[in-house]
Amino acid sequence: MTNQVTLTIDGKQVTVPAGTGVVDAAKMAGIDIPVFCHHPKLEPVGMCRMCLVEIGRPMRDRATGQIVMENGAPKIQFLPKLETACTNKVEEGMVVLSQTEKAKDGQRGTVEFLLTSHPLDCPICDKGGECPLQNLTMAHGPGKSRFLFDEKLRLGKRVPLGDLIVLDQERCIQCARCIRFQDEIVGDSVLGFDDRSRSMRIITFSDPGFDSVFSGNTTDICPVGALTTRDFRFEARPWELESTASICTQCPVGCNITLNWRREAQAGGDFVVKRVMPRQNEEVNEIWICDKGRFAHHYTDSKKRLTRPLVRKGKNEKLTHVSWEEATIFAADQFLAAKENFVILASGRLANEDLFNLKSLADHVGGQAYLYSRMGGGELTAQVGVGAGTNFGTMGKETTIVVVASDLYQEAPIWYLRVKQAADRGATLIVLNPRETKLDGYASFVVRYAYGDEIKAINDLDKKNEIGDAFTKAENMVILFGSDGLGLDGTSNLAAACAKWLQDTGHLGKPNNGLIGVWERANDQGAWEMGFQVTDDLAGVLNGKSVYIVGADLVGDDQNLAKALEGAEFVAVQDVMETATTEIADVVLPAQSFTEREGTLTSGERRVQRFYSAVPPTGESKADFAITSQVADHMGIDLEGKAVSAVFDILANSVKSFEGLNYAKISEVKPQWPIVGRGDMYYGGTTYENTMGLGAHLTAATERGETVSIPQVDASREVVPRPKEKELLAVPVTKLYDRGTTVMMSANLLRERIGGPVITLHPDAAKTLGVEAGQLVNISFDGVSGDVVVKLDDTISVGVALVPREMGLAIREPMFAEVRSLAKVK
Amino acid sequence: MSYVVLRHRDIPDLNQLDVYQKNGGFAAFQNAVTKMKPNEVTDLVKNSGLRGRGGAGFPTGMKWSFIDNKNWPHYVVANADESEPGTFKDREIMEGNPFQFLEGLALASYAVGANVAYVYLRGEFWQLGAFLDEKIAEMEKAGILGDKLFGGEYSLRIYTHLGAGAYICGEETALLESLEGKRGQPRVRPPFPPAVGLFGKPTIINNVETFANVPMILANGADWYKAMGTADSAGVKVFSLSGRVRKPGNYELPFGTTFRELIYTHGGGVQDSRSVKAIMPAGASSSLIVVNDEKVLDTPMDYATVRTLGGDLGSASVIVIDDSVSMDWLVNKTVHFFRHESCGKCTPCREGTYWMSNIIERIHSGQGTTGDVDLLLNVAKQIQGKCLCALGEFSTMAVVTGIERFPQDFKNAVSPSPLPPLYVKKNEGMEKV
Repeated sequence: MTNQVTLTIDGKQVTVPAGTGVVDAAKMAGIDIPVFCHHPKLEPVGMCRMCLVEIGRPMRDRATGQIVMENGAPKIQFLPKLETACTNKVEEGMVVLSQTEKAKDGQRGTVEFLLTSHPLDCPICDKGGECPLQNLTMAHGPGKSRFLFDEKLRLGKRVPLGDLIVLDQERCIQCARCIRFQDEIVGDSVLGFDDRSRSMRIITFSDPGFDSVFSGNTTDICPVGALTTRDFRFEARPWELESTASICTQCPVGCNITLNWRREAQAGGDFVVKRVMPRQNEEVNEIWICDKGRFAHHYTDSKKRLTRPLVRKGKNEKLTHVSWEEATIFAADQFLAAKENFVILASGRLANEDLFNLKSLADHVGGQAYLYSRMGGGELTAQVGVGAGTNFGTMGKETTIVVVASDLYQEAPIWYLRVKQAADRGATLIVLNPRETKLDGYASFVVRYAYGDEIKAINDLDKKNEIGDAFTKAENMVILFGSDGLGLDGTSNLAAACAKWLQDTGHLGKPNNGLIGVWERANDQGAWEMGFQVTDDLAGVLNGKSVYIVGADLVGDDQNLAKALEGAEFVAVQDVMETATTEIADVVLPAQSFTEREGTLTSGERRVQRFYSAVPPTGESKADFAITSQVADHMGIDLEGKAVSAVFDILANSVKSFEGLNYAKISEVKPQWPIVGRGDMYYGGTTYENTMGLGAHLTAATERGETVSIPQVDASREVVPRPKEKELLAVPVTKLYDRGTTVMMSANLLRERIGGPVITLHPDAAKTLGVEAGQLVNISFDGVSGDVVVKLDDTISVGVALVPREMGLAIREPMFAEVRSLAKVK
Repeated sequence: MSYVVLRHRDIPDLNQLDVYQKNGGFAAFQNAVTKMKPNEVTDLVKNSGLRGRGGAGFPTGMKWSFIDNKNWPHYVVANADESEPGTFKDREIMEGNPFQFLEGLALASYAVGANVAYVYLRGEFWQLGAFLDEKIAEMEKAGILGDKLFGGEYSLRIYTHLGAGAYICGEETALLESLEGKRGQPRVRPPFPPAVGLFGKPTIINNVETFANVPMILANGADWYKAMGTADSAGVKVFSLSGRVRKPGNYELPFGTTFRELIYTHGGGVQDSRSVKAIMPAGASSSLIVVNDEKVLDTPMDYATVRTLGGDLGSASVIVIDDSVSMDWLVNKTVHFFRHESCGKCTPCREGTYWMSNIIERIHSGQGTTGDVDLLLNVAKQIQGKCLCALGEFSTMAVVTGIERFPQDFKNAVSPSPLPPLYVKKNEGMEKV
């Protein structure tokens, strides 16, 4: 328990932990001291001078050090000057006065100063309506300007800081929140001030500009309309927008978000999601989200959304619109006829309820349910995943965090942020990767291994040295494993090796302990919990079968899978959008996007969280679980298809780790720090308060008292082939902004960040091949071939070529490749 | 009386190492390192009554004794960012008597247990930086700087660092930021540098002139030093005299010397034999001291007495203003300086200096109204007591004292009409203004 300090703020007695700032202490007591530069997540700097208050302290006798008493109470001594409440820490017996004439005069003065050259263009400003400066001007500002309009400073109104963020220099009040966020929280120091005095302005010094995947957060904490996103700039007024709680579906972190939407003329009267905002969940994403989550939501409003069920009535016929009844009967008949030759292939984009109904259907029929994933090991995370109560936000020096085969910055940005901050607080961070990643900079230990040596690298950690100590003597340990350079076989093996370690060292079934898979999709963990399997041989699995594909685009992803699908007897595809796979399907079932329906998702940290329906469904589309229920109904199987919460209840009754959970429980909220909300956006920013549920953790097998069996890993077994001299091994890596369907639909905005197809080579390999950085080459492997641009990285092995997933070349696992130099492009 | 700080004026070529050594140079440092405990050095300086020469006049020995001995390493930094308009003493000391300054720096480093000391020079002193580098190299060669000095355990290195040309970097915490390679902007105080300073470590920062006094105090004793000056302000001070005087320049005089002696005896009197209208004793940051009475000129210059005149002695950069000057002109100059030099970090200073410069520009160019004078005074007072560091405060000194103590000058400068002339002209032909 930290020491508590009692002080008086505006006559109210407040007891808060020692070390708390006066502004934050006041906030805890329900007293709002106005601020601009202060943010509860950032170090105080005392720049804006908005929080000027009178502070008195108990007077001490100089000689004895005793507190001087007066009329039975300590004599309080006030400094002649006003002080900033943000930079002063609470002290025992302190008296803070924020409402006196003197204090209010100081606050009024600061607002007046800030407004002298402010453009006051609130009527056309995106921040208007949720602007701290606007609100504090109404509360503290003068009614009339004493500053001559002619003498206002004219500055740039649309200065792009990058492709995503635009700066209005006239609106900027130089509070440095954006700079400090990038420096302190993210560690991407790409913003700064240029020049000084009134000419001081925000600049970016990275190339490309504002090179950070967290840039959108600066627009939330900007206390004026200086920073706006290209996505939302001049798009809507905040008060026209409705807000709905949701969960981001871009990666397994499960960031809590709020969808802001409205019905608008420019969309032909449709309901449109105008922006994605963070929603506070201190145990998941705090008040931040990454730019992918913020900006890659446009696919839900895409013209390519499926609106009506389609059926292909004969082999060479076109898909034609039919009724739901007809389409589902058509599919059900085929599935029934297939008997045990019925295969479900579902993606981790689906909700828990969808996956549960699909798994139930497969189980009833005696068919197979596969997860469409290139990563394995989930059957282990379902058992030894992090224990209930795990929270990166509480990890400190008693915890060791191991990240292996994963570039978290690219794969799960908010985990990168959380792990980095845990390391900042003293957690021991061990990063094992075959190449340099951003997280290396915060690691206590960095282990570099050659692609294929990951098991050896993990098993070598217990050597008698400093790393060994950190690894074996840690009180708590979390291991995050990813798929950098690994396919299904490699990740499965790696997961087993990590799980074994955790089991042997007793790091299971407790908070802040266990294994986390850095999965490809938002709900892969949910699928694993439900017992979905993965397979390396999809061609074999699909051959001659009746296939029910849900939320996956096999044909578009990989020409080998397209070929495999040709061998299937019957293909039913259920998706939100037209894809290459829906084009070859026999039945197409239009599904609702996550913005149009309710459901739950299981994050990689095994937290079940609810998302709510924001906008009405597109066309006749239905929620996935309901479609599956309707198909099942025609097969004579009764699956809940009406109430999503009822599906969840059934799920909770049959899947052990979900036991005891229900919608009411995962919708519970509790007070969080910092206090944010729409009432005082000058304090926490425009992030949304969480009123709709913080979610709940699944239990780990060991917490339920079950024994866990972890397969032995043969470290000597070669999962990844080793390149010999002159051979080149293509290995898959993950890039945040890829060319996946959901991202590409937001490509207008993200084009520069997505970029074209690339491979990364070691400079020596490039030399041997006679190619240079930036040059166009042809790479081919496993029947895949494409022209790509060469990038160089001297931290990787000479014998490998890094091929980013979903960037035009289908690569499911490491394989030998040929690289051919093409004529140099000018 | 012979010079204490500006000894090069007595001894030719004192900036040559052999000459300096021949004249007792580095004996104090060697003696301290070989025969004295660090706290004995601090105590001696404390007893001498030496106060900081950078402007604040804080007792030097007391500052040294504040160093946090639980946190190591310690650093000592010489503030050679001499940027106050009207101050030009440090430059002469470093050019003419560099070794005495460096010896003082070395003594301070020994006293607080620092093994590394920095000389932070304003960017424009680049030639001086190269010159000091040569002198430091000579000292290293002569075994006065380096490892295990004089056969003992104490080691010391001195490095110079050039700023990039900002007045604010004379403020000690902004100086530290700049020295760390960051933007020169002041930090929130407390913590003060003796607790958390350079690279987060305990640091002592003193002015060049302060250090230059130290070797002489060590050599001659605290009583010798205290015998000069006044009870409140011990020793000698280099007064930078400028403005409308016949012989501007640096004058080393004991504290307590009167303004009259400085201006008339040493400075040769006012140009064109005019009379003194006001004195700015601390450069552009000064309050304007009204000289309406012969008694003002007879005021002894020490920290306490100058305060009775409604000003601060500060760095003793005495700017003499004669009766040909109207104060709106002067205030326009100082405000423009501070607007240009405001670092931009805190709102009142950044916005306030910009606003004040607009108003005073208007007043000075004859476009102002009486309302503008009131507004200017009001804005200045709105800045006072609200800023992060002293710069914002300094920017208001001449404004407030100028308007309050020389109201007639401002009355004469503005238009008698309640409407600003420029405004009337701009809106000519409009129905209503």
